[in-house]
Amino acid sequence: MNWLSAISIICATVAVSFGAIGPALAEGRAVAAAMDAIARQPESANTISRTLFVGLAMIETMAIYCLVIALLLLFANPLLK
Amino acid sequence: MNSPLAHPALFHLGPVPITAGVVVTWAIMTILVIGAKLATRNLSLHPGRLQAALELIVETLDSQIRDTMRVEPGPYRGFIGTLFAFIFIANWSTLIPGVEPPTAHLETDAALALLVFLAVIYYGVQAGGVRGYLGSFATPTPLMIPLNFIESLTRTFSLLVRLFGNVMSGVFVVGIVLSLAGLLVPIPLMALDLLTGAVQAYIFATLAMVFIASAVSESRDATEPQQPRTPS
Repeated sequence: MNWLSAISIICATVAVSFGAIGPALAEGRAVAAAMDAIARQPESANTISRTLFVGLAMIETMAIYCLVIALLLLFANPLLK
Repeated sequence: MNSPLAHPALFHLGPVPITAGVVVTWAIMTILVIGAKLATRNLSLHPGRLQAALELIVETLDSQIRDTMRVEPGPYRGFIGTLFAFIFIANWSTLIPGVEPPTAHLETDAALALLVFLAVIYYGVQAGGVRGYLGSFATPTPLMIPLNFIESLTRTFSLLVRLFGNVMSGVFVVGIVLSLAGLLVPIPLMALDLLTGAVQAYIFATLAMVFIASAVSESRDATEPQQPRTPS
């Protein structure tokens, strides 16, 4: 195994692990805020949970971007061809 | 381990390679079209069981569109409903042994995101004309034109990557656990996949609704002159 593929594997791991930190914290805050809002106003739970789902999808995209970059590094690395 | 980005061709149709995902897509399309034809063949004012169930689905879809877009659902029901039905069935097609969901392939998701991109332009032009739609890029100031333009491209890209990443990672994780731990162990993960698949279909349809609604309302605002707001 040459050093380029070794660095690729390490970078893929680093991308996924560090890329998961931010979205995890953000999703935690979003869910906590939504719980708080539903506890205060249970009658608007429908609207809040729909908005929460869409917002979580937006936040989650950041982690998915990191996953895609990691997969590109592992499976479609242009430097290794 | 197979790469999740490359898919071997199953057979060739002339010069065009046909992968397994395309065949599954065709099967889902056939099932949806023939099922819809058969289910709506004998509609009556006194609905039977099947018609009542279908009406429940359409009612739910209508109320979702009305809540999210704040317009009457008529012109959007077909597009949004078909998007949701296709992605939902495609994500859950992993329940059939040997079938990999076509949404786990980058190409299918790219086609779906491209459809949403074109639908945003279509409904925007329909609401405010070409002038109104292009004018909506210059809101609130013409300084925002490059940013608005880039946004319309990146949100299509993120739509594609989100669906691909979620479904593909589910398939991938199940494959890894199966190869490490063996039979019957990945069943809880597959159940989680079903939940993710349903949520992702819902999110894809909701985001398509949000994008179309914003294009429609902005195009309409750009054509009509600003009316002075009367205090109510």
